Amino acid sequence: MRALTFASRNTKEITRELSTSLFGIGFPVVLLILLSAIDKSIPDGYGPDLFNIEKLAPGITVFGLSFLCLFSSMLISKDRTTSFVLRLFTSPLKPSDFILGYTMPLLPLAVLQGIVCYLCALCFGLKVSLNLIVAVVVNIPIAVVFIALGLLFGSILNEKAVGGICGALITNLSAWLSNIWFDTAMVGGAFKAVADCLPFSHAVNAARAAAAGDFRGIFPDLWWVIAYAVVLTVAAIAVFTAKLKKN
Amino acid sequence: MEAVKTVNLTKKYKNITAVNNLNLTINKGELYALLGVNGAGKSTTIKMLSCLTAPSSGDAELMGFSIVTDKEKVKSLINVSPQETAVGAKLTVRENLEFIARIYGADKKEARAKADRIIEDFSMEETAKSKASTLSGGWQRRLSIAMALITEPEILFLDEPTLGLDVLARRELWRIIEQLKGKITIILTTHYLEEAENLADRIGIMAHGVLCAQGTAAELKEKANNNDFEEAFITIAGEAIK
Repeated sequence: MRALTFASRNTKEITRELSTSLFGIGFPVVLLILLSAIDKSIPDGYGPDLFNIEKLAPGITVFGLSFLCLFSSMLISKDRTTSFVLRLFTSPLKPSDFILGYTMPLLPLAVLQGIVCYLCALCFGLKVSLNLIVAVVVNIPIAVVFIALGLLFGSILNEKAVGGICGALITNLSAWLSNIWFDTAMVGGAFKAVADCLPFSHAVNAARAAAAGDFRGIFPDLWWVIAYAVVLTVAAIAVFTAKLKKN
Repeated sequence: MEAVKTVNLTKKYKNITAVNNLNLTINKGELYALLGVNGAGKSTTIKMLSCLTAPSSGDAELMGFSIVTDKEKVKSLINVSPQETAVGAKLTVRENLEFIARIYGADKKEARAKADRIIEDFSMEETAKSKASTLSGGWQRRLSIAMALITEPEILFLDEPTLGLDVLARRELWRIIEQLKGKITIILTTHYLEEAENLADRIGIMAHGVLCAQGTAAELKEKANNNDFEEAFITIAGEAIK
């Protein structure tokens, strides 16, 4: 109950920052429109296969979720800077209430982001299908990964630092190592090995399989993402609790 | 009755002893001001008493409950208004108040009723629908104290409540704090000596983690043999630092 109350407060803080919501939902859509337009202007067979709308749309939905890392880290670090979190540390809220309260408001945003992206993709030739609903659901674990990363960094870094780490580093890292913009197999070697160890390319593979109706193909990629989501959430709780005790 | 009683309360950070064997008793309904130069140990004392940090040794009882073994009970009896304004920037005044009431266990209806009451007590009717971020520093601080009071705490910690405020806003907050005197126990930390002198029933002076003197403002002036409270503080704290 307390977690829900805290989540409600965080929802208000996030949604009333209009630029955050618009950027989070708008930027992936702008990318989708631009890249689809470019792909359309290239004769068939000459453009990169990854920019076909069937592959591009699920990829962009995953890329868009990387901004959740920035939002969650900014929210928590801001609360730390203003001592709001200090006030809450003296309240009956438990560490699990904090983590749930920070995570829950961002999940509807993740779902909304996916829906808007796929609706936009329909205008560029993506076929209407119930599989797209499955693809939106399949994105939830990677959304949790990004939120947990944000909570981890937000618990230890200040507002300025999280902008750099979560806004630039994580966003870029997840983009390069995700198979969205280029196939990591083309680079091969250590680059591909690292990409395969991280959850981002697996999330994109799972989303593409779901959107294509290849439900068997969702796994084992989704297991990788779920495992990361669990480990990072536990790590976020541990770090937050340690921070709480250290105060 | 004793609201706060510390027994050899100590906090060590590696080689530094921030608070050293503090033995302090604060009576119910008393406004107790904790003074000291930077690094004297007053913030660490407040952090321990408000369960933000665990003592290295010793204990303290708040309304009879230990900060070591009955932390959750203590948390339900106290509230804190931190040094920074610590309000939800995008929430309105009313939403901030109702939010705090609800995380302390009030249901929606109760939270609304409590918010109504405190908005009236703090004369915040006109700003109730304004977002906290749009309020002036003085009004944000007023809201911060109101948020601490909406849970009807038995003990209220006010950490530098008037820091950075202009003289009018400070006097207005003094008026609010004075109205609370006798109703709840208040522990106030401040760098403004006139604030402690004007508001507190008793004052404790800390230096190097030790409580070096305590008493009413008049008693402390007498102890330092000086009629000016600032001079008396300098004498007492200065001697302790030597």
